[in-house]
Amino acid sequence: MQYLVSVIDDKNNPGSTDRQPAISEFNERLIADGYWVFAGGLADTTTATVIDNRGEQAVFSDGPFVESKEYLAGVWVWEAPDLDVALALAAEASKICDRKIEVRPFQ
Amino acid sequence: MSGAAEAVTRAHREEWARVVAALTGRFGSLDVAEEATAEAFATAVERWPADGVPPNPGAWLTATANHKAIDRIRRESKREDKHKEAQVVYDDPPEPPGAIDDDRLRLIFTCAHPALAMESRAALTLRMVGGLTVPEIARAFLATESAVGRRITRAKDKIKAARIPYRVPTADDLPARVSGVLAVLFLVFNEGYLATGPDTDPVRHDLTAEAIRLTRLIRDLLPDDGEVAGLLALMLLTEARRTARVSAGGELVSLAEQDRGAWDAALIAEGHRLVRERLAAAAAGVAPGRYQILAAINAVHTSARDTRDTDWSQVLALYDQLVRIDPSPITALNRAVAVAELDGPEVALAAVDRLEHTLAGYHAYHATRADLLRRMGRSEQSRAAYDEAIDLAGNTAETAYLTRRRDQLR
Repeated sequence: MQYLVSVIDDKNNPGSTDRQPAISEFNERLIADGYWVFAGGLADTTTATVIDNRGEQAVFSDGPFVESKEYLAGVWVWEAPDLDVALALAAEASKICDRKIEVRPFQ
Repeated sequence: MSGAAEAVTRAHREEWARVVAALTGRFGSLDVAEEATAEAFATAVERWPADGVPPNPGAWLTATANHKAIDRIRRESKREDKHKEAQVVYDDPPEPPGAIDDDRLRLIFTCAHPALAMESRAALTLRMVGGLTVPEIARAFLATESAVGRRITRAKDKIKAARIPYRVPTADDLPARVSGVLAVLFLVFNEGYLATGPDTDPVRHDLTAEAIRLTRLIRDLLPDDGEVAGLLALMLLTEARRTARVSAGGELVSLAEQDRGAWDAALIAEGHRLVRERLAAAAAGVAPGRYQILAAINAVHTSARDTRDTDWSQVLALYDQLVRIDPSPITALNRAVAVAELDGPEVALAAVDRLEHTLAGYHAYHATRADLLRRMGRSEQSRAAYDEAIDLAGNTAETAYLTRRRDQLR
């Protein structure tokens, strides 16, 4: 079962910025234990562009798809046998990233 | 009730959770398990009066439910596609039996999983483990049937889609997971002890007994968890008073008026033993949690020969301890009852009145006020408070008690 693991930051109350070494170490472990599928940190939401091409022509808008103080800062995709395993890893990830984590299964 | 109808009722109480749990284990789907179990019971209602009650009702129900489930899976795989059948069954090998080989315990840990909202956990546990119908659960939570139905469906969908495992957690995860299960079991016990709804028995022994049975199982699994022992003691000391709590006329009998000789001495002895065990742990420096303190309060009540003999200062000291870890308005309301015994109804009423903004919709708030006002001789105000309490109370025995109290006012 694959899970999308989202790292959620908060503009009003941002997490610490010195987490990269710990996250790299955690990633090594995810790879070694066979959970790691993919991961990536995202650039700031100000770099996002939303495209809507459902009408006559594509409309581009500057910024993220939803304006909120909370935003997506990065993602993992994990392969885990069940939600308990994913939640235990996510609890560790939240400490390591100093941010909230959302775990959501792929369909 | 005919013999067959009685047998169906008894089987529903004793076998429902076992059948649901066995089918969930086999088919890996709470949906399939629940519907097939319900169908098996419906078949029993039809067949047992004509064919006679089978010698082993549990085995008959499990076998019938199994057939219903297979029929349903076949129907669906024909209607949709052949892969459906494979999807319904988890592709993991079955779990090896855990420390306690009880399907129902696996079912409980699944229904009370922390990834589900608290109210969903309770509703799902009552449906899947307790066998309550959606209307019964709706009454228990003062919610609409459609809201409860949606809550249960969503929870089952999440269990399936997010793959919440069907198993007893590992020893590492167990302590953290237990507190959620205890909260659900306490909710089930309370619904049994003060059952709501006009057509319901005032005390549903099936629910209280089930909550106790499952708490015992968890205690076997976690003998060193103080809160498990505390909750079990609390339930036992409460259950011990069950038969004395409702009069022959179906009216609630208050603690002060109960025939203490009718209390179940064995349950009280067992409850006291657990409380003493926890007191020893507290003396050794382990801070007691909410259930242990509530159990200790009940131990004080059940140690007294009568209300006058009750050590109210001990009760108040325990409530003070409880307020520190659970500063809820309900705790404050119960604490005020002890204050009334020690400092008089005026002091207690002042404390109770401060809770109006949070508890105005809670029947016990008005019932407590009514009693305090009655003791102060303020009959007119007492009557009005009883009226409010009667409007809000959902338990038939309690309504009868409150009505008599109100009508006795001069």
